[in-house]
Amino acid sequence: MTLIRETDFGTPESKSGNMVTLTIDGKSVTVPEGTSIMRAAMEAGTEIPKLCATDSIQAFGSCRLCVIEVEGRNGTPASCTTPVAPGIAVKTQTPRLAAIRRGVMELYISDHPLDCLTCAANGDCELQDMAGAVGLRDVRYGYDGANHVFARNAGEANFDWKPKDESNPYFTYDPSKCIVCNRCVRACEEVQGTFALTISGRGFESRVSAGMDEAFMESECVSCGACVQACPTATLTEKSVIEIGQPEHSEITTCAYCGVGCTFKAEMRGEEVVRMAPWKDGKANHGHSCIKGRFAYGYALHGDRILNPMIRETITEPWREVSWDEAISFAADRLAATQEKYGKNSVGVITSSRCTNEESYLVQKLARQGFRNNNTDTCARVCHSPTGYGLAQAFGTSAGTQDFDSVDDSDVILVIGANPTDAHPVFGSRMKKRLREGARLIVIDPRRIDLVRSPHIEADYHLPLKPGTNVAIVTAIAHVIVTEGLANLDFVKARCDWDEYQDWAAFVSQPQYSPEALEATLGVPAADLRGAARLYATGGNAAIYYGLGVTEHSQGSTTVMGIANLAMATGNLGRPGVGVNPLRGQNNVQGSCDMGSFPHELPGYRHISNEEARKAFEADWGVELDPEPGLRIPNMFDAAIEGRFKGLYVQGEDILQSDPDTRHVSAALANMDIVIVQDLFLVETANYAHVFLPGATFLEKDGTFTNAERRVQRVTKVMTPKNGYADWEVTQLLANKMGLGWNYAHASEIMDEIARLTPSFAGVSFDRLAEMGSVQWPCNEESPEGMPIMHIDGFARGKGKFVITEYVPTDEKVGPRFPLLLTTGRILSQYNVGAQTRRTENSRWHEEDVLEIHPHDAQDRGVRDGDWVRVQSRAGETSLRAVVTDRVAPGVVYTTFHHPMTQANVVTTDNSDWATNCPEYKVTAVQISPSNGPTEWQEQYRELSEQARRIATAIDAAE
Amino acid sequence: MSHDPVERLVKMANQIGAFFGPQKTGAAAGMADHLSKFWDPHMRASIIEHVQHGGAGLDPICIEAIKLLESQMKGAA
Repeated sequence: MTLIRETDFGTPESKSGNMVTLTIDGKSVTVPEGTSIMRAAMEAGTEIPKLCATDSIQAFGSCRLCVIEVEGRNGTPASCTTPVAPGIAVKTQTPRLAAIRRGVMELYISDHPLDCLTCAANGDCELQDMAGAVGLRDVRYGYDGANHVFARNAGEANFDWKPKDESNPYFTYDPSKCIVCNRCVRACEEVQGTFALTISGRGFESRVSAGMDEAFMESECVSCGACVQACPTATLTEKSVIEIGQPEHSEITTCAYCGVGCTFKAEMRGEEVVRMAPWKDGKANHGHSCIKGRFAYGYALHGDRILNPMIRETITEPWREVSWDEAISFAADRLAATQEKYGKNSVGVITSSRCTNEESYLVQKLARQGFRNNNTDTCARVCHSPTGYGLAQAFGTSAGTQDFDSVDDSDVILVIGANPTDAHPVFGSRMKKRLREGARLIVIDPRRIDLVRSPHIEADYHLPLKPGTNVAIVTAIAHVIVTEGLANLDFVKARCDWDEYQDWAAFVSQPQYSPEALEATLGVPAADLRGAARLYATGGNAAIYYGLGVTEHSQGSTTVMGIANLAMATGNLGRPGVGVNPLRGQNNVQGSCDMGSFPHELPGYRHISNEEARKAFEADWGVELDPEPGLRIPNMFDAAIEGRFKGLYVQGEDILQSDPDTRHVSAALANMDIVIVQDLFLVETANYAHVFLPGATFLEKDGTFTNAERRVQRVTKVMTPKNGYADWEVTQLLANKMGLGWNYAHASEIMDEIARLTPSFAGVSFDRLAEMGSVQWPCNEESPEGMPIMHIDGFARGKGKFVITEYVPTDEKVGPRFPLLLTTGRILSQYNVGAQTRRTENSRWHEEDVLEIHPHDAQDRGVRDGDWVRVQSRAGETSLRAVVTDRVAPGVVYTTFHHPMTQANVVTTDNSDWATNCPEYKVTAVQISPSNGPTEWQEQYRELSEQARRIATAIDAAE
Repeated sequence: MSHDPVERLVKMANQIGAFFGPQKTGAAAGMADHLSKFWDPHMRASIIEHVQHGGAGLDPICIEAIKLLESQMKGAA
């Protein structure tokens, strides 16, 4: 194992197809037109000294260290800003160049501290490297006089010196070490797109400044780490590096937060993580990161982690720590007794979108092979199950159609029910980059998300529709496209079912679907809607990105199909820059669905009634499989309340906090004889569990995650599991106690079985992934290297299917008692139920969930900014603090669900998507009133949680 | 917030019917297929039994589809 060092080519790659040949130091080099001489030299193996250049950002030409000579040209141009030209002859080292470079370095070093031995960047400092590379032997200017290095000059205060800014919990800014190369400022602009940094002052006074000379924490900085990554010195340094020292080896692994699936180098010292550095060759993130993946891994070492298995007879007793064998035996015996008493179908499993593909595969296998039923579901049920259903209906596969790189070719971007800058930040930055290059933007969202207006970006149209009217707005857009003759009929005739198209076109053309007729329903001006529809249909390559604001509705599946209709009708499918792109919530939502976690289908989306598919698994697993679909999560809860469903094994999912209508869920859990929770912490669901099996973090196990673009990527074990076992090993222990005789020695063997039994994964193996870095399924004989863009020549199902999307208003209606609509979402620094991010310094950005309310609604109710308010719905009530803002429209309130005490899901209802039972989180009719603090329910719940979390006897588990 | 199992099934079925009802072709067949693909046998049996008892609360498209489902299941058995 060694430290992976990536090559820095100095300037970005040119995408030109025209090749240019030149000579560098006598060697002939051929590169694409537009490539810098610096990059051409590096590609040929010659590293020209540089400081202000790095290949993640555009050339800047300020440090003058990279000067070169070109035969027949005057002067010494900077190689970073000088493009290659045919036939030129370049020299990278001559006595003149050497002298210039030494002179430049001498000036830099004359205003830089010489504390290299005790500096955190020692061994990883480009300034140090360049001093060596240019042969700097002397600094003739000395260190007296004006400088930024010393707090005091000859006993007098030095006003050019600035103290370290340590306000950010993850990195420090030490102005005394800054060489003002601008790399951080440009990374913040070009890579992240936040524009939080600038250079204040001029000439000698020039300094990097966050915001208006503010501390980093007080500025607009979102702590993505791009500046730290770009800094060539110790000016911006991870606090973990300052504390620990430089790493000695690294492993490529995949982030365990959102569905973007960034790959990182886990840089290690022994088994200690020194830092997570984004991997340049990662095809999802291309070297960028966000505050979660880059910095928020500390939960892995948090004292709240439970490291020993625990059991209890009843949920009112305190937990008892036991051996793994005792816990597994207890679980297996109770499951068997439950099935004996209540029947084969009385138990089930829930797989996790946070666990690996291999782990989800084993948990569903446990249900199908061990329990001999199909009662398996996954937390994707509550987020993207309508995507699976809707896209399978329209196109024939349950997946997004593009890769992330596709956005670089988009001319129009339509974002509906997604908030990429908060929930998918690294892709959000990619999208913003394309928007700054001139792509047009349409945002359909009840709330004014950051993307609507942020530095150098402004949406052409923001359609602030009323929550719950997605189908109506999508159909109204279709109405404009069809009635104004903007449909791409050539595409439709060639690729889709023509009769179905005509039925659909007649349906959407009806006058009741015109933007004018729907204006009052949607709350969106008809002219804006028409403008947006025209832009989408005629603006060039148009791509739709959507998220949970589409799926988590009673008509979620209908909206997904409506979106597919729009893409098909305008021919925006089957090439780069277009498509239908679901932004998946959790890291492995795509994977957990692919792995057969749903009760009605086997791995690879083959229905359980499909005899051929079933036979393959039966032959491999040696049992007969039940051909009938099993229970979905909400059906499990209903069955539990009826007393038919009595046992549940939940891996890595906190259903009590994340599922809607908390009282219904807790009543269901309380009715079960055996609840087994496998997780890192005593999550809310564990309050109702009889067995707790400690889980492992992504740093402690091998496996794969599949991101939102169907990209399968490796997860690599970099430390020994603190709990003793990887999660797949725990499932194997349980399976073997049940007599299933599993014998997997490594996660790769599970993937081999998946590949053997799943046609779309036939070509996937750990070796293939190591060789290629990642692969986008389908990966099989027809597409051995995977498939970045789907449906190029035809749809997976044959002809694309147009579906009639009748708008049915949700049952959740406003009225005199509940006059406001509550919708929910996420925030950048926190993740899902917050179990991980709340146990990191990320909480400093978001300490509690708050309720956003429009000034008019707030004034009507006597609510001021920061007041406690009570939120009441038909299902329940909770209280939290109010933020008065016009980000939400009048009549709409908004909150996040990252903190358990907020109990936002006490107020959400049991309404769900008609096709998949995905809960309707995004629409709840509520009333808001001032309150004095937490509700009685919150207080009771706090007490219950404390009771339920008691652990008996003296223990060291929390250490 | 009904916790009555049949009432919950009726609500779910009506939601499904509201999607399939307006489809130009094969509305009842589409809904019957949906129920057999996504509802577990116990849920299907409960809703069929409810229809046998008159199907109170169900929209006409649902009754038609559930009767079709029943005949398909008998045919398969």
